[in-house]
Amino acid sequence: MTQPPLTLFEKIWQQHRIASTGEFDLLWVDRHFVHEGSFHAFDKLDSSGRPLAYPELTFGIADHYVPSNLARLDDDPEVAGMIRLLEDNTAKHQLTYLGLGHTDRGIVHVAAPELGLTLPGLIIVCGDSHTTTHGAFGALAMGIGATEVAHVLATQTLWQRRPKTMRIHVSGQLAHGVTAKDLALHIIHQIGTGGATGHAVEYTGPAVANLSMDARMTLCNMTIEAGARVGMVAPDDTTLSWLRDTPRAPTGEALEQAERHWLSLYSDPGAAYDKSVTLDANDVAPRVTWGTSPEQSVAVDEPFATVDSEATHSSLEYMGLNAGQPILGLEVDQVFIGSCTNSRLSDLRDAASVLQGGTVKVPTLIVAGSNRVKAQAEAEGLAEIFRQAGASWGESGCSMCVAMNGDSVAPGQRCASTSNRNFPGRQGPGARTHLMSPAMAAAAALNGKIVDIRTGG
Amino acid sequence: MKPVTQVASPALLLLDANIDTDQIIPARFLRKPRSDGYHHYLLYDARYDMQGRPRCDSPITEADSGAKIVLAGHNIGCGSSREGAVYAFVDHGIQVIISTKIADIFRNNAIRNGLLPIMLDQAPFDELVAYCQAQPQAPLTVDLEACEIRWENDHCLAFEIDDGSRERLLKGIDDIQATLAWDTQINDFADRYLADRPWVVPATGRHCR
Ligand code: SF4
Repeated sequence: MTQPPLTLFEKIWQQHRIASTGEFDLLWVDRHFVHEGSFHAFDKLDSSGRPLAYPELTFGIADHYVPSNLARLDDDPEVAGMIRLLEDNTAKHQLTYLGLGHTDRGIVHVAAPELGLTLPGLIIVCGDSHTTTHGAFGALAMGIGATEVAHVLATQTLWQRRPKTMRIHVSGQLAHGVTAKDLALHIIHQIGTGGATGHAVEYTGPAVANLSMDARMTLCNMTIEAGARVGMVAPDDTTLSWLRDTPRAPTGEALEQAERHWLSLYSDPGAAYDKSVTLDANDVAPRVTWGTSPEQSVAVDEPFATVDSEATHSSLEYMGLNAGQPILGLEVDQVFIGSCTNSRLSDLRDAASVLQGGTVKVPTLIVAGSNRVKAQAEAEGLAEIFRQAGASWGESGCSMCVAMNGDSVAPGQRCASTSNRNFPGRQGPGARTHLMSPAMAAAAALNGKIVDIRTGG
Repeated sequence: MKPVTQVASPALLLLDANIDTDQIIPARFLRKPRSDGYHHYLLYDARYDMQGRPRCDSPITEADSGAKIVLAGHNIGCGSSREGAVYAFVDHGIQVIISTKIADIFRNNAIRNGLLPIMLDQAPFDELVAYCQAQPQAPLTVDLEACEIRWENDHCLAFEIDDGSRERLLKGIDDIQATLAWDTQINDFADRYLADRPWVVPATGRHCR
């Protein structure tokens, strides 16, 4: 009997299924990351009385609470305590821990891939919704809650309802000055923040195949903002050659065996998806969000929100804007370049190429996604360009993306940000966030207002 | 985990679309221990102003204090995976959330914490909302055994929920304990799987502060 054609997602799911009860499958988990927020899960594990099942498959990384200026740790005992709690829990359970001083530390979704801990074909989980990022490597990567984290710690498995499958096919090519961030915002705008709820998304098509690994990570990262559990791209030569440069990916014979397996991970011709969407990359322009949901974005040269609805009205009110206003020329109070969406080396290079030789008009904070990215950015002179332009250059971590580490946007202030969520209060109570690409954010920093990166005006 | 079988109470209406988990519990409270209860932080920035004074347009008022059921706008619980969002509802006494769409991770977290997530089509949802707006103090009864929502004497609406979630909630199943029964299967799988794919386990790292 021949196997019916399977999607990439179905192949990986089936390879990890241990048992089934009704709609729930018990899945083997290959890789698990914990961060400061995982303390509830460690408490639950301890109270269950079970030991940690596979310590070699869980990695602890401090990111959410790491101050962008480490000297501040002394001023905020609560923040320092959160990091110490992770340190203690990982030590107690003998997990690998990448703490404050570790050269490999960074935002989980930046550090783990660049270390080669993220590999194709794995099931990867973390108590963080942006775990979708790791799908860029053709892994099945999901954000989970604290009770599920505790379950993974105790059993290295997870009970999951099987999501439906969805293909997002992107034809054509992104134009110069248009990035994976713009493509992600474009897609979310088209299908809505609930557009992929209940689905595992696979991105296909020439525009996706042409993306670098950094760009694929940006795209998969934002997939959760369309409601999907999973966003993935099938592994190809780009993936494999990227992984060969990482320190902890398999080597030698193990690598050969792994690569053979990885190249079998693609959707078979004729495999059926529950839902399919097709878009043309040529239609994508640099985008900026104007509202309080990632779906509320416009191309930078369009006016926003002419549609009148209650939701639009309350978003505009929170953002201090009027319907029909152009986004171009809108003044911003500050700029943040960072977060697991856009803090990799290529993002910083994009920002530096705009900032080079200029001076920022508004306070600008630039935070590398990991210590490795930070070191590289310093070695190749990017950090110097940022400092020369008058921007602050911080210690790697989540920083102003979520405002847990002491970096926040003041009430009513408008921030051009390369992060992923413009929810009310996300960057601090009353903060007004406009999401955009690193180059667009850098241009906003130089001009003190939103400009079109393609024309500079 | 407290089982959910039948819940009767008036409903709290939170009808905005896309109420994300950052709004349900702002990030700055996630460092708090659960022991003091997370109900203080539920929708905090919508309930209190910057000085911590109650806002006059707060979505939750004194009159809602006994509510165990929430009728929520489309796509409730989207965004961050923080389970604190579910704790905030549960610690506030909420046992049922009804919406036209509930975000996946929030829904999973809910099932594991004794919060019943119910998704309805738009028309029946609107019917419930209309009733609760007209009769704010009148109770709804949510019956998970019968998979029904009932109100007044003669109104009844069936809802669907997958068997696995229903059973977890009805029995208050703790997944970690329940999975013990599968230990043999898990160990067999792990032995076979890791022997086939030795490259899955990364080279040993260092513990470093
Ligand atoms: S950078 Fe922001 S979105 Fe990414 S993991 Fe950190 S807090 Fe979450």
